[in-house]
Amino acid sequence: MLEVRWHGRGGQGVVTSSQLLALSAIKEGKYAIHIPEFGPERRGAPVRAYTRIDDKVIDIRSSVLNPDIVVVIDPGLVKYREMITDGLKKGGKVIYNIPDPSKAEVFEGFETYVVDAYHIALEVIKRPIYNTAMLGALIGVAKIVSLDTVYDALIERFGEKIGKLNIEAVKRGYEEVKKIG
Amino acid sequence: MADDLKTWRELPVAMIVDQPGNTVEVETGTWRALRPVLDPSKCIKCLICWVYCPDLAIERLEDDSVKINYYYCKGCGICAEECPTKAIQMVEEGV
Amino acid sequence: MEVKVERQIRTGLNGDEAVAYAAYHADVDVIAAYPITPQTIIVERLSEFVHDGLLDAEFIPVESEHSALSAVVGAAASGVRTFTATASQGLALMYEILYIASSLRLPIVMALADRALSALINIHCSHDDAYAARDSGWIEFFAENVQEAYDLVIAAFRVAEDKNISFPAIVNLDGFILSHSIEPLYIYEGQDVVREFLPRREPIVKLDPDKPVTIGALALQNYYIELKRAQAEAFEATPPYIRKILREYSEFSGRKYDFIKKYMIDDADIGFLVLGSTAGTMRHVVRKWREKGRKVGLISLTLYRPFPVDDLRDAVKGLKKLVIMDRSYSFGSPYAQLYMDVAATLYDEPEKPDLINVIYGLGGRDFNEYTAEEMWEKINRPGVKKIWVGVRGD
Repeated sequence: MLEVRWHGRGGQGVVTSSQLLALSAIKEGKYAIHIPEFGPERRGAPVRAYTRIDDKVIDIRSSVLNPDIVVVIDPGLVKYREMITDGLKKGGKVIYNIPDPSKAEVFEGFETYVVDAYHIALEVIKRPIYNTAMLGALIGVAKIVSLDTVYDALIERFGEKIGKLNIEAVKRGYEEVKKIG
Repeated sequence: MADDLKTWRELPVAMIVDQPGNTVEVETGTWRALRPVLDPSKCIKCLICWVYCPDLAIERLEDDSVKINYYYCKGCGICAEECPTKAIQMVEEGV
Repeated sequence: MEVKVERQIRTGLNGDEAVAYAAYHADVDVIAAYPITPQTIIVERLSEFVHDGLLDAEFIPVESEHSALSAVVGAAASGVRTFTATASQGLALMYEILYIASSLRLPIVMALADRALSALINIHCSHDDAYAARDSGWIEFFAENVQEAYDLVIAAFRVAEDKNISFPAIVNLDGFILSHSIEPLYIYEGQDVVREFLPRREPIVKLDPDKPVTIGALALQNYYIELKRAQAEAFEATPPYIRKILREYSEFSGRKYDFIKKYMIDDADIGFLVLGSTAGTMRHVVRKWREKGRKVGLISLTLYRPFPVDDLRDAVKGLKKLVIMDRSYSFGSPYAQLYMDVAATLYDEPEKPDLINVIYGLGGRDFNEYTAEEMWEKINRPGVKKIWVGVRGD
């Protein structure tokens, strides 16, 4: 079983990216659960979501406490390093969004990946919605589902016009994510 | 009366009443302590008593004069209270 | 049991969407509901199905939950198939109408996205609302996952409308944990498939201008107790009919449904009894604990009302200890709600396990492997009877 924890802020599509990952895995015949963690729902508040993916039926329905991968969608949250690595499995992966990858820092003891989803979103979607670029980065790192499946899920979710922009964002995230340590 | 009460085994589902309008069979006139008496000479045929009677115990006749139906009248006195000419008086029913 | 995939589609939905699809596929005639988190998605989807012309139903937007249930009571009395959904405070506002619906034997189906009652305000899962309805004469099912939420809503219509039953039914799904989580499930291709299992409702009585009846009149000292005696008899006679329908549905769907589910219980020393989504988490935990050599097993209830007395008595045979997990609290009672049902069920048994009551997960507090381990440590302390887990300070 693969467990992913997503960190971001309300309005950045944190829940949506976890949903899209789960739906894509389900499309490929896998078993997957998307779990949103709702608190006081407001734009800008820190938000988490969890995705579990397995080849067999998943029974457990608690939140994900020991993820294999943590994805940080909001660049401003990277500084909360303890929160990011809390419970992360030994040798687990951190993938985070950074507008200036030259300043990227490694999370010691974990495989660290970075991508400039900030500029991808602003260039492609023209709005600071980084979730689909980060979803692309996650798939680039972990190859959980095929890109084509995600593209189908995006078109179903957003329709042709917005779907295509997000496909571009996913594609760039997938291609531009880099391992730094 | 008590002998007519049904046991729980005999009740229809949810005690649904499937004989509509069966209250016409209930003689409520025996409940009276005071009885309304109409003085036709004072009646102006305004029909206020006919409108107000909660038990349809005031009968409206062809010429809009009224007649009290003592089979149903419970003697509540609303007709006497509402009558603008005091044509209806409540009197002791007696036994 | 083999999954029958013909005429079913594998898809991913959250629990609320699955419930909305179930009501749609059940071809419900009248829906009245008031939005309340975490149930809101159910009525949003249903209003879309009606608006888009997919579902030929009256959708009545009402001003409160009291009105929502009142409207479906009226509609159900006219003989049609009715549905509503609520949670928490909404169920509390429906409370007086709950008793009216069941006393009038109206087969309404309601989804309850279980949520804690205020104060303080909380939108997450407790079973306060599910338990609040337990004495009202509604049949109550609990779903463990999104698939069960979908299936049980469809089965609940057949159960509620069965001529031998004719009582309203609630399908509980844990707020957020099921209502908002996306999972894979099989749904039918559409109404035509479901109609083979769930034909049109044939009411035992209905409001009909051509054949007038009075529903909901008066029963005072001379009749009320007979009415309740008859209602009790009718409600308690439902289990064989409910079982038959669940078996039929198991055949129809290819997914097994019964009153209770058992996992590794037959040779267990310590059993755990749960309602709702925690059954899944506990199955995962029990599997891991077995690997550690702990002789544990799990029982979860799919049917909560009428309480599956015989099934439970049978399931606990041979257990040394039974841990009853309540996601709610009954202030001032000796134990929490599920425990008291179980204690009463087992009281007359010549041999019975020691019972322990565990209070957990109130207001959505995560119940996970660590909480389970804390529970294990606490239940093995000597003389323990009632404990809280996952709470700071204990």
